[in-house]
Amino acid sequence: MASSATDSAFVEFERVQKSYDGETLVVKDLNLSMPKGEFLTMLGPSGSGKTTCLMMLAGFETATHGDIRIGGVSINNIPPHKRGIGMVFQNYALFPHMTVAENLAFPLEVRKIGKSEREEKVQRALDMVQMGRFGGRRPAQLSGGQQQRIALARALVFQPELVLMDEPLGALDKQLREHMQFEITRLAHELGITTVYVTHDQTEALTMSDRVAVFDDGRIQQLAPPDQLYESPQNSFVAQFIGENNTLTGVVKEIGNGKCLVQLDGGDLIDAKPVNVKNVGDRTKVSIRPERVEINKDRLSPDAHTLKAEVLEFIYMGDIFRTRLRVAGHDDFVIKTRNAPDQVRLQPGTMIDIGWLPEDCHALDA
Amino acid sequence: MTDATTDAGKLTTADGQSLKKSLHRALRRQKVRALMLIAPLLLFILLSFIAPIFDMLLRSVENDIVPDTIPRTIVALDDWDATSGETPGEEVFAAFYTDFAIAEEYKSHTRLGSRLNYELTGISSLFRSTGRKVGKFETESYTEQFTAADAAFADPAQWAAWMADDAVRAALPQTADAYDAWSKIVVDLNNDVPSEEDPADFVYTGLYNDLMAGASVASIPSVDVSGWEPVSLREQFIDANDGWADPAVWATIKTYGGDYTSGYFLNSVDMQLSGEGVTQRPEDERIYITLFVRTIILSIVITGSCILLGYPIAFLLANLPLRSANVLMILVLLPFWTSLLVRTSAWKVLLQNQGVINDILVWLHVIADDNRLELINNATGTIIAMTHILLPFMILPLYSVMKTISPSYVRAAKSMGANDWTAFWRVYFPNSVPGIGAGSILVFILSIGYYITPELVGGTKGVFISNRIAYHISSSLNWGLAAALGSILLILVLALYWLYDRIVGIDNVKLGG
Repeated sequence: MASSATDSAFVEFERVQKSYDGETLVVKDLNLSMPKGEFLTMLGPSGSGKTTCLMMLAGFETATHGDIRIGGVSINNIPPHKRGIGMVFQNYALFPHMTVAENLAFPLEVRKIGKSEREEKVQRALDMVQMGRFGGRRPAQLSGGQQQRIALARALVFQPELVLMDEPLGALDKQLREHMQFEITRLAHELGITTVYVTHDQTEALTMSDRVAVFDDGRIQQLAPPDQLYESPQNSFVAQFIGENNTLTGVVKEIGNGKCLVQLDGGDLIDAKPVNVKNVGDRTKVSIRPERVEINKDRLSPDAHTLKAEVLEFIYMGDIFRTRLRVAGHDDFVIKTRNAPDQVRLQPGTMIDIGWLPEDCHALDA
Repeated sequence: MTDATTDAGKLTTADGQSLKKSLHRALRRQKVRALMLIAPLLLFILLSFIAPIFDMLLRSVENDIVPDTIPRTIVALDDWDATSGETPGEEVFAAFYTDFAIAEEYKSHTRLGSRLNYELTGISSLFRSTGRKVGKFETESYTEQFTAADAAFADPAQWAAWMADDAVRAALPQTADAYDAWSKIVVDLNNDVPSEEDPADFVYTGLYNDLMAGASVASIPSVDVSGWEPVSLREQFIDANDGWADPAVWATIKTYGGDYTSGYFLNSVDMQLSGEGVTQRPEDERIYITLFVRTIILSIVITGSCILLGYPIAFLLANLPLRSANVLMILVLLPFWTSLLVRTSAWKVLLQNQGVINDILVWLHVIADDNRLELINNATGTIIAMTHILLPFMILPLYSVMKTISPSYVRAAKSMGANDWTAFWRVYFPNSVPGIGAGSILVFILSIGYYITPELVGGTKGVFISNRIAYHISSSLNWGLAAALGSILLILVLALYWLYDRIVGIDNVKLGG
């Protein structure tokens, strides 16, 4: 186990493929390496292969092809119980016939840790998740959020270096979920554990992770820190999947200097930043975030292209205004404006000009 | 609260009626509807199931045949000391003569004999043989002497007139009692008119006894009976059958003279009620305790083997993909679609001495030809066949419970470092215990009352208490004992159920979901 390997690539997937039926690949040529202490989220729609990757890492599924390494050691042939990976399950999987303390003591017992040390560790783990007084309860007597904390404590009590979490917050209500997101990241960073977190909730992925791997169709579409993922999506799937997005289709007219001119299908011209279009004449989907659309012409450069838009609907959402427009034949173009005292409230039926900074508009694959 | 307003602490609806009353009315329709829906089944069960069972169970303590058939004897026996070791006196026999003579007319003395025979062997034949002789007792001499003394005593119409007179009846209580019984016989059995028939000997005997006791009535002819040679009924009975001299017979009659008896229940647990109180039956008559114990032990063994065989199958079923699980499930259910009798008979073919299993074992040289295994007509046969028949009742609840155990439990255990066995034993198994509980209760209760299979493959060493109950119902016709045995079985099952509830908790029994 070379120390250089553990530092830069504690967890590694190398050319991993997985097929259940021998006909279709659920995971296609997966390559991933995580440094120690990283919080990585696997994000993707259901059926994208993210959970399968997690299960292969945990040992409940075997890779059809390729190598999975932890700390430089291939774990393909190591049974799950010898991998020493902590895991939090979607439905918590707390043992209903044991008390909370017994649940936590279970991983220590099978490791043959003495009773006094065991009790001490269990208490410390319970305190860590602020559940110190609940040791004697049964899981069924706890609320969802409390069960979640216990499941977390149980995954951490034997001090694993790697913890896997399979949509652990899926069953909680919004407020509790947000609170637990914070708790989990805090613990992960405090304890310096390497965490692989699976979710289909993009907000969760963005707020918690050091890096996010966006899965679709058995592949990682993009692996980047949250801000990069949001601001510089590498393809139209990522742009669509992360956050809200306006999409217009067209053809590249001019390209060069990190800028391109796109002629929309309606004939209008717009400025964009080429991401994965290379040549004039390529079909493209351009994507603009609703909050980056400018309705105040003064803020744009004088030579910027603008589009005519008709206001269809104005929705008051408290902190922001959400306005739906008809732009270049699409009537699902949305813009978001901050609820500031000087902000105009657009009335349905009015015609306005909209534009944006070229770097905010990404010309992606069609 | 738009439709209900608070008025002086009481909720009322918008139009001022009590909210409770209004709700009650609204719900009543639903209740009536529900009742109507279950009414046919409820009635059917009440009439055809609950009521007969209750009636049957009552027979376990019912004993009115004794006081109904020989009421006078029971009263007369009150003064007799059963522990004295002596035959009762003349007055008991006199009462018994009247009772017996009446019973003989109705032929109910044989039924009484059978009833008492359950308590003391030999009474049945005693009653039967005496029944043939009681008409020829020498009490005839009283009749002859009365009719010789005065022709009025030979006149049926005169008798009817005397017996209609309250003063005569009050003066001659025994005569009136005997005459009433006799006239009832005449009306009931012969469809004749008492005023046209000669009274029977026991009526004259009653008259003799009354007159001997010093009764005198002006309206009937005065006869001096003191000079007549008395007929000792005690001797008459003992002459007819010397069994009547045995105090044990009378002790039995006295002991079982009540309307209700604990005799059947005592018999069910190999005890008996005799003159000396409750005692154990003689060694060679004790069979029921052995049978109960055997029934329970074999049921436990059957339940145990069902768990051993059913658990792995249910585990496999619960963990297979749905399609294969369904195929396997059909195989599990297949025996249900075959007649119980056919399955049991199949076991007869397989298990018998010259049967398939023995043949194969001999062919494989596992056993010698002259040393074939005794697999049938003993407890082994009962266990094998009943385990097979009751296995689905174990598998189904186990399966439905196992189906609800999330696979993530075992995964979680493994991720925490437990090997396959520890994960199973510490996590999976405890969660499947409710299924074992439900299956065990089902199999145990079914097997404890099983009849047909032990009957066919059990021989003598492998039969259950239910076979004995069936024997008493259909062969020995001792329904009281059968009812008592059945009641004990029922109480046993309820007690075990209660015990199970106390130890395991009935909430822990799951049939799935």
